Amino acid sequence: MYRYDSYDQAMVDARVAEFRDQARRRLEGKLTEDQFKPLRLTNGLYLQLHAYMLRVAIPYGTLDSRQMAMLATIADKYDRGYGHFTTRQNIQYNWIKLEDCADALADLATVEMHAIQTSGNCIRNISSDHFAGAAADEVVDPRPYAELMRQWSSFHPEFTYLPRKFKIAVIASEKDRAAMRLHDIGVRIVKRDGEVGAQFYAGGGMGRTPMVAPLIRDFVPIDQFITYAEACLRVYNRYGRRDNKYKARIKILVHELGAAEYIRQVEEEFAHLLSVGVEPPREELARIAEYFALPPFRHPSESWDLEQLQSKVAGDPSFRWDDGFGQWVRQNTHPHKAPGYVSAVISLKPAGGIPGDATSDQMRVVARLAKEYSFDELRVMHTQNLLLPHVRIADLPAVWAALDAAGLGSANMDTIEDIIACPGLDYCSLANARSIPLAQRISERFAQSGRTELVGELKLKISGCINACGHHHAGHIGILGVDKKGKENFQLSLGGSEAEDVSLAKITGPGFDEDGVIAAVETVTEVYLASRTEGERFLDTYRRIGMEPFKEALYG
Amino acid sequence: MGDTQNLGTSPDEVQFRFRDDEPVDHAAVTVDSVLDQTNAAAVRIEPGDDARLLLPFLDRLALVEVNFPVFGDGRGYSAARILREAGYTGELRAVGAVLIDLLSHMRRCGFDSFAPDKRLDEEDAARAFATWANVYQRAADRRATIADKRHEA
Amino acid sequence: MKILTGNDLRSGAVTWWNGTGWSLFVDDAVDVGEEAEEILAREEAARRVNAPYACQATIDAAGHVRPAHIKDRVRALGPTVRRDLAVPTAQKTGWDWVI
Repeated sequence: MYRYDSYDQAMVDARVAEFRDQARRRLEGKLTEDQFKPLRLTNGLYLQLHAYMLRVAIPYGTLDSRQMAMLATIADKYDRGYGHFTTRQNIQYNWIKLEDCADALADLATVEMHAIQTSGNCIRNISSDHFAGAAADEVVDPRPYAELMRQWSSFHPEFTYLPRKFKIAVIASEKDRAAMRLHDIGVRIVKRDGEVGAQFYAGGGMGRTPMVAPLIRDFVPIDQFITYAEACLRVYNRYGRRDNKYKARIKILVHELGAAEYIRQVEEEFAHLLSVGVEPPREELARIAEYFALPPFRHPSESWDLEQLQSKVAGDPSFRWDDGFGQWVRQNTHPHKAPGYVSAVISLKPAGGIPGDATSDQMRVVARLAKEYSFDELRVMHTQNLLLPHVRIADLPAVWAALDAAGLGSANMDTIEDIIACPGLDYCSLANARSIPLAQRISERFAQSGRTELVGELKLKISGCINACGHHHAGHIGILGVDKKGKENFQLSLGGSEAEDVSLAKITGPGFDEDGVIAAVETVTEVYLASRTEGERFLDTYRRIGMEPFKEALYG
Repeated sequence: MGDTQNLGTSPDEVQFRFRDDEPVDHAAVTVDSVLDQTNAAAVRIEPGDDARLLLPFLDRLALVEVNFPVFGDGRGYSAARILREAGYTGELRAVGAVLIDLLSHMRRCGFDSFAPDKRLDEEDAARAFATWANVYQRAADRRATIADKRHEA
Repeated sequence: MKILTGNDLRSGAVTWWNGTGWSLFVDDAVDVGEEAEEILAREEAARRVNAPYACQATIDAAGHVRPAHIKDRVRALGPTVRRDLAVPTAQKTGWDWVI
């Protein structure tokens, strides 16, 4: 994975010093809160319901054991012993003190980590496919391109006061595991006739006006990649709406201009910028790519395939092949490009737990496992889970035993228990309703009834307000919390997807109270189970039979 | 043109200047006036103005003021870079809500003079101008980037 | 009644105006009536509180100060899903009080 050189380190160190100075000026009264707020936000520091919250970036979701161990240290030293992994491959600490924040950032900087541009109206942490570098189906590893974008977007002098926040995802496979088309810019690295290039989508997003990004260029030569992104951003910076913060995202600009006109303006700016010469030297991408060389995988003869694994351990009752280890292998591992290896998902969704939360002790367990079994690499997934990207199949029993002992062995990836939920009204000052208790009750109920496996792939996503941090628009089942005359109320929606078959969910009808929406989730899964044909996921059935049967069952 | 007398900042209001030539002592006019009038040497850009409209007139402009009515409106950064990319070499003055923490970015976008609404603490400003020993992006200041330095022959 | 709340500038902790200063306990909150704006402006300028605002509250049957909005009740106790982290409060309300 990428390593800072002295330049990268100096940039992060300079940012820590700058923030320390800004915090000093705030505490001395030289800055008002109005002036300080955008400064602290561009360094990931929010003021939430109960305290300051610090959002730390995990660029394109990749980190090593030393970094994960530091995240645990930060949780213990400056927070309350835990952290919350987010849908954009960040971690949030909920109880950071302003007066400690620069020290926490300085500690993070010692392991090449930071909170730069994790909030504010600037280019945010670049996210990517969590299986990058491991997935059997990727064209190339997308992370070198994401790293090139990280450097370009860090402290970009022109794009620090954009109309609104700006999120970019970079993937490199047909499958979309990063909600790419629901980003302000989505990039897919592709190969055409042996040439690597970038496909650009622009103007996607969730929030109060969800939109799927249209394709704006099918192929940008890779040595013009940054220049094209700069053109997209400049057009947005100049013409994105600033009169209404709810209409300020690039999706509104692309929508109001029309994709064709936005494309025309970008192409004009692109041609101009090519003449100015803003692209990094060609050698830079090659330099970065070297850091992402494949790890030294062992020969397949030194590992097993999944069948061999089953034959070796299925007879050992301590592994509980049917409902324990075997279920975890079936549910939580993903095909790897190297024979004898898989990627192993570490669920942060124990039944009844808080989605995405991990204790410092759990972080240390994960760090140790990464070091021992995954070439010292870890990933944060957009589903608020963690991942060991390169695990030898023969090592899976040891990995699972350690995870299970740490409360991290839930075998529920992409099931109804694998719920994405925003922090909601328990933590967030924007929320209208609590998201976490719903996630807890639903996951618990399905785990107890044993219907999780029966229902199969079902992506349930819960947001506590219209800003949609819980991706409810993209849920096979989505839940949106609203405020109904001072009471929490929940709208149910069906049919969304953040994947390559992207779609936006539709609201079923009138909302429910907390008990009501939990019952409603059960009702719609019953409709699915009764209606599905062989091999159909919930989403497939919904798309085939439409909303009516679900409405009928819910309100009929 | 009576209403233009109060439009621009005067040289006295400039707190930081990175040029050796004499400050222009003209009242600035609006972008629209420049388009109508052939002799103005100083112009003031508001956030919604298209800086590219000035490109035909760059060789007779000695001062372009870019107004930041609120610090959170970043259109002026693009305006500045566009002018520098087109070869403008005159004074480029940031005026209005110019705050300490904006100075380094403004400098990178090509501003070489600063007339903040409220005078800034000199020490804090000096520190702000010096924040970045190195930079990642190519911009109007034409500094060699980190990537350039990494691959110097 | 109208009460005042905000966060401590240095620590971020939720605080409530008790008539002379800022308390961690919602039960200490006092009715500020018409003085809200004046107190908020003065206290924020002195950096004794950050992002303060006024909110409505009542005294409930058990004699506790109960903010009218659920958001402020969550702030008063802590995240309902991490009761182990609740404000070390004299508030003996139980968590049903929040909803």
